[in-house]
Order: sequence, then structure tokens, then C-alpha cells
Amino acid sequence: MFTSEEWTAILLSLKVGSIATAASLPVAIAVAWVLARRDFRGKSLVDGVVHLPLVLPPVVTGYALLLLFGRRGVFGAFLADHLGLVFSFRWTGAALAAGVMGFPLMVRAIRLSLEAIDVRVEQAAATLGAPPLWVFATVTLPLASRGIVAGAVLAFAKALGEFGATITFVSNIPGQTQTIPSAIYALTQTPGGEAGALKLSIVAAGIALAALIVSEVSVRRARRGAAA
Amino acid sequence: MISVAVTLARGDFSLDVAFEGGAGVTGLFGPSGCGKTTVIRLVAGLDRPDAGRITLGERVLIDTATGARVAPHRRRIGLVFQDAQLFPHLDVATNLAYGRFFTPKPARRVETAAVIEVLGIGHLMKRRPETLSGGEKQRVAIGRALLTSPELLLMDEPLAALDDRRKLEILPFIERLRDEFAIPILYVSHSVEEVARLASTVVRLEHGRVARIGTPGEVLAPTALAPSTGRFEAISVLTGRVTRIDPAYGVSFVEHPAGRIVVPGLLEREGAEVHIAIRATDVTLALGRTPQVSVRTALAGRVAKVATDHGPFALVTMELASGDRLHAYATRLAVDDLGLDVGDGVQALIKAVSIDERGVQGLGVVAG
Repeated sequence: MFTSEEWTAILLSLKVGSIATAASLPVAIAVAWVLARRDFRGKSLVDGVVHLPLVLPPVVTGYALLLLFGRRGVFGAFLADHLGLVFSFRWTGAALAAGVMGFPLMVRAIRLSLEAIDVRVEQAAATLGAPPLWVFATVTLPLASRGIVAGAVLAFAKALGEFGATITFVSNIPGQTQTIPSAIYALTQTPGGEAGALKLSIVAAGIALAALIVSEVSVRRARRGAAA
Repeated sequence: MISVAVTLARGDFSLDVAFEGGAGVTGLFGPSGCGKTTVIRLVAGLDRPDAGRITLGERVLIDTATGARVAPHRRRIGLVFQDAQLFPHLDVATNLAYGRFFTPKPARRVETAAVIEVLGIGHLMKRRPETLSGGEKQRVAIGRALLTSPELLLMDEPLAALDDRRKLEILPFIERLRDEFAIPILYVSHSVEEVARLASTVVRLEHGRVARIGTPGEVLAPTALAPSTGRFEAISVLTGRVTRIDPAYGVSFVEHPAGRIVVPGLLEREGAEVHIAIRATDVTLALGRTPQVSVRTALAGRVAKVATDHGPFALVTMELASGDRLHAYATRLAVDDLGLDVGDGVQALIKAVSIDERGVQGLGVVAG
């Protein structure tokens, strides 16, 4: 049904999307919490930087990633030398690009759900003797679970669809960085590739739909658990 | 013993209060915006004062002079919010158990079973907060705070969000926990009846300052010291003993040295001492033999003072046989027509329907 190259692209997309979502989730929760609960100088600047990938042309984001995380980039060189973590022209780079592009969507959803929590519920937990981290884990996170799930699904879907930043940052190498959108793009450039492009498009739609259903179900469960 | 001496300024509002609270219930009383809730939040550690010191027994909770500060979760002070603030994602049993884990074992002196029994919430354990009524939520919130065996319980208008019937449902529970668990309570309210009924000491706050500290009878009495007291807020507190409970008529009889007081509702037991809050607007003054009227309560006493600086009204203060003082508002016209003067013998007529059950110790929901 699928050629091995198509399978590779599908599996790579799933891997890139999952890793990007999983790795950015804790950071997004932390950033969303800071933006929702803390007032500090330069807060709007931080807010702006977080939202930048949403408004910049994806190619620009990809180019910025290349400058920062490329082999000779500021962070790229450091990470490669000290942690052996290489991004350029690897699937890890595709995951980084996907994570960065989905980050603002994730932060937005989580921040909204954090802002909807009455801080007095958390204060009640504190007066019952719970230390701050415990309050965060047992009250804040469960009450924000809907936003967290929604944010994660949005970011995952964004990661599956991410094209511009990825192709700019890590190019379009089959088996390495060729995700579904890159593969579709390559197929449409090849004579006789329309059938493959159509198949992959249907797969992309199927995965996105499945992600939405999973989120809907887990949100319902969370709602039953946390009627906030 | 809680000792508070703090100042705080936020925009137009400034707070500068000093008071102490001992065993039993200390009432923090005053109009909205007077700083009651702010004081509670400072004591709980949820807000910080600009300057000052708060101590609980030997423990310094905050002292801005030395920089000492205990975090809210280490203060061992329970807080009941006006609107319960239960954990919506946890059932009642888990809500109740939440704080227990953090209470050091030797300090766990409040028994779960006893709290559930006193608050009457045993049948709610598996329920979710959103399925509870306002009164049930508030009882669970009280239980949740109580089960941490706090050294002090703060209650911030715990009844304000409830209708009158629910208030009466909860007041007896608060009386029971005051008497049975021996936890000092700082009770915030703007209701004279609640404060008169529960508190042994009342701190009256006005515009962020302590206007007066004393017994409910002293602080809630209408005096020149508290000129902002509205005429519907002025009350007297009479202390008597329950002599008879009449289920057929649904009333209780309280014996006071100045006469018999008929109270609506069934008090818990005969022989018990009760305090009854009576609004000065609900007292009718009568001279000579009482004519045939429907009022069943007539207290005898003498006019101790007539204050005529209340607009069209005069505030007549009677001294009753027991030494208790009873305040009554009448028009200046009536005072002159009757020729009321200091030293005159006079009777105070009090309609039972005007006695608010919230102001009578031990009264729960009135049957019917």
C-alpha cells in the first residue's frame, strides 16, 4: 500500500511530532505559569518572543534556528561539543523546528487554563499545609489538565504539518528529515508522484483527526475528574 | 493567643490595627471594606504587611523588624473562605484528607470521625463538590480546615454566601466546634447577630482601624464611640437561662431576671445559659400596666439614659434588674409624649418574631 519511503516519512513524522510535543510540554507549562501568575519587568517582551514563531514566516524561524542551532551556531556548537547533541540535517533538528513552531500554541492553551483557576483554591491548599510544589502537582496541574491536553494536541498537529521551518533548517533528506509534508512536497515535484502525494495527504488528515479524537476523549475524562 | 499589630497601605486603603484574640471565638466585625478580610489574609500569610508583627502563642509568624516570616503552609492556621474553595477535582473524602498528611503526627488531635459527626457530612463522602449545596460545601470546608488540627481557625464570612436557612443550619455546627474542639477562632462577619452569638470578644474595625474591642454587649451596643453604627445594627445582648421548650408552639422560654423572654424555635436543652441578641429597633417601650397585646415578652427596668442626638430618634438605654443594659430606639416625639426621663420605671416589649434566630445561641433551623 505504501512504499518504504512513504512508510519512513510517516513513522518519522510520528516520531518527530511526539518527541517535539513531549520535550516542549514541561517548558511550555513553566513559561505559561510564569506568564499567568507572575508580574515582572519585560513580561510583554517574553510574551512577544514566545509568540514570535506564530507570526514570523516559518522560513525565517527555520533560518534563525540554522543560525542558532546549526553546527557553527551559538548553541549548536556548544550542544554538539558538550552533549553530543547535533540538530543540523538530523531528525532531532526536525523535532526542534516542530517544537518551536508549536510552542506558542501550547503556551497559549495552558496559560488560559491556568488563568481560569481561582488562586484561592491554591491558597486553601497552602493553608492546609501543602508546600508550593505539592500544591502545583495536586491542585494546579489537575485543574489545568484540559488546557494542557488541548495545548499538547495542537502542538502535535502543528508538528505534523510543519514544513517551512523544517525544510529551511534541516532540508529534505529521506530517512533523516523527510516528514510527511516534505515527502508530499517532494512527490508533487516528481512526475507520477500524485498518487503517493494523495495517499500521504489522507494519512496526514487521518493522524490529525485521530489526535483530535484522543484529545476530546481525554478532555472529557479530565472534565469528569476535574469539573473546574 | 493570636496577637496582631500590622500596617498596610494599598492605594486608597490603609490598614493599621492591633488586637489580640484568646480562646473561643474572637469576632472581627465591621462594614464591608473595613479591612476584615485583609487582616485574615495577613494572619494566614497569604498577604504581607508593610510593617508589623503577628504572633501565635510563642511563635512569630511575621516580624518585619527582624525579617522573620513563616510561609502559609507552615503556619498551622486553618482558613475557611467565604465561598468554601473546595478542590473541584477531588471528592469530599479526599478534600477532607488533603491536609492531614502535612499535620505532624503528635499534633493530630482532631479526630476525623468526630469532625464528620459534628458537621453531619458522613453521607457526602463520595460526592463531588459541584454536587453539594452551598451549606454542605461550607461544612466540608470547615471540616477540611479542622482536620489539620490547626492552632487557630480563621473564618472569613463563612455564612455570607448562604441564605438565611443555611446560615441557621451551620451556626450550631460552629458553636459545637468552638466548644468541642477547643480551637481558637478568628471569625470575620458583618452580621451583628452572628458575632453576638458566637464571639466572646469582638474587635470592631472601621476604615482599617480598630474602633473598639470588648464583649459583644459592649462593642455592638449603640454608643457615641461608634457613631457609624447604623440604627439597624445596634443591638443589646441579654443572658438568660432556658426554662422550658414548647414543641407544640415551637417556642422556647428563657428566664431573665427582668422577665421571661419568648424565643422562636426550640433551644437545645433546658437549664442551658444562652445569649440573645436584640436589635434596638425591635424594642417597644411601655409605661404603667401593660395593655393586652400580642407581645409575650415584657422586661422591666429603669431608664438609664436618653440620647436625643439621633435625628428624629432617641436612643433609650434601660438598665434591667440583672444589670444588663437594653437599648431601644423610639422617636423623640414618643419620648416626649410619654415624658420618659432617667430613673423612670419602664417596660420593654419584644416581639418574638423580631428575634433573629441567628442571634440566639444554640438555635438551628426553625421547624416548618
